Amino acid sequence: MEGLHKPGPFARSLAWAVALYLVLPISIVLPVSLTDQRFLSLPQDGLSLRHYVNLFASSEWLDSIGQSLLIAVASTVIAVVAGTLCAIGCWRIARRSTDLVRAMMLLPIIIPSIVYAVGLYRYFAKLDLLDNFWGVAIAHGVTGIPYVVITVSTALAAFDPRLEQAARGMGANLVQTLRWVILPRIAPGIVSGAIFAFIHSWDELVIVLFIASRDVFTLPRRIWDGINENLDPTMAAVAVLMVAFTLLLLLADMALRKRHDS
Amino acid sequence: MNRSWRSEIGWFALILPAFLLMTVFYIAPILQVLAISFTEPQPGLGNYERLFTSESIHRVIVTTLRICLITTVLALLLGYAMSYTIALASPRARRWWILAVLVPLWISVLVRAFAWVTLLRRQGLVNNTLLEAGIIAEPLALVWNEFGIVVGMVHYMVPYAVLPMLASMREIDPRLLSAARGLGASRNAVFARVFLPLSLPGLIAAGVLVFIFSLGFYITPAILGGGKTLMVAEWIGLQILDLIRWGLGTMMATMLVVSILTTLAIFSRIVDLRRIFGSGA
Repeated sequence: MEGLHKPGPFARSLAWAVALYLVLPISIVLPVSLTDQRFLSLPQDGLSLRHYVNLFASSEWLDSIGQSLLIAVASTVIAVVAGTLCAIGCWRIARRSTDLVRAMMLLPIIIPSIVYAVGLYRYFAKLDLLDNFWGVAIAHGVTGIPYVVITVSTALAAFDPRLEQAARGMGANLVQTLRWVILPRIAPGIVSGAIFAFIHSWDELVIVLFIASRDVFTLPRRIWDGINENLDPTMAAVAVLMVAFTLLLLLADMALRKRHDS
Repeated sequence: MNRSWRSEIGWFALILPAFLLMTVFYIAPILQVLAISFTEPQPGLGNYERLFTSESIHRVIVTTLRICLITTVLALLLGYAMSYTIALASPRARRWWILAVLVPLWISVLVRAFAWVTLLRRQGLVNNTLLEAGIIAEPLALVWNEFGIVVGMVHYMVPYAVLPMLASMREIDPRLLSAARGLGASRNAVFARVFLPLSLPGLIAAGVLVFIFSLGFYITPAILGGGKTLMVAEWIGLQILDLIRWGLGTMMATMLVVSILTTLAIFSRIVDLRRIFGSGA
């Protein structure tokens, strides 16, 4: 394929411009977070870590980071367990009815979260789950299921169903087949799904805006308040940490896939 | 016979947790939105009547459609150039290009909106640089208006446009392109007569995806619009949280879902939805 047909100079330069448009604006938060000024700006007389010190000295920010982590872990567990089992069941039964189930599992990606958030606001009020850790964890878990179903289904598509039949034929029951035959082979898909479900919860804001107010105050919620009230460089420090964290998770996912491919 | 029937039950049991979670904690709240739109403040179609009579609702819908269409066209254009280059790049270069698409995709939308505010506001880096360079005398209004929303939304949507287009472009047999070149077609002719028609399904799929994602977008328009340019999602939030007009808010939410599902239904006849949502669909 190489050397046969190359994109022309116009397409190439446009592609480079788009890549810069995608990446550069995000990277601006790094120099801004290191500014020695009290307001959002590039460093003037030198670099300073004072905004990071501010961040780590603030019990409010630390508290929100802790809450977000706990919620993300709890909701990832919910999404991974439910999503993985569901993807395996649908794959094995493979009928018209399971196609519908799978389509239903994708709804949280298709339907805007504002619609879900509005509905949940009323719904959780009746169940007394507003402003409650488990309320947010369940909401994030349910909306994280699609990511797991997609990655696990993709992994299952490459799995030879005869292996499962062979295991059953030799007398393994369903739990044994799952534990020893299916799950080990689709583990990379499950981990990818878990990473995406985790990032989903870690970044989620719209649902939280509606169903949480005081006791549950996640990191995105605090950033949202910061952007709307006082734009100070501490926000840039938070942004840098969030970008670094996401990059770390993505690198882990890529390393995992590479190891699996080779 | 008994054994296979029992194992069938076992496989169905695997689906059950997700099915129950989804029904109780996802479908039920969404159906409640639908119900409220017909029952509050009075039972009936009163909320839907406003759809035809209220000037402000018309304005919100027109603004939303305009921004979504502009965003979709720009995201497709930029995304196409990028996918085209990625699809024809060497495997080594391709990895870097794909990284440039995937990393922004997964970085928090709040962080990205914050970065755009830092760059585009009145005393932001872009205005300051232009002022110091003497190119402009007055700061430009780059954010808290429709321009800012489009910049931020296109930035968010380009990766979503690239992924389906790239998937369909990678299915194009590169030997077709070299054969066309070998038979004397110019580079532009190869692109226009061979590559473009073959990449059309991916282009349409990407367009559908970007458009339906844009319709219900909340965070980026809310931050970069600064409350002056209202799109549907922010308008719904305003009705519910600030004005406590549940009937109108849920009516618009219902309309939003209906428009998205209708768009999907129409295009599912033209393109394979699997292209949009991966093999999980």
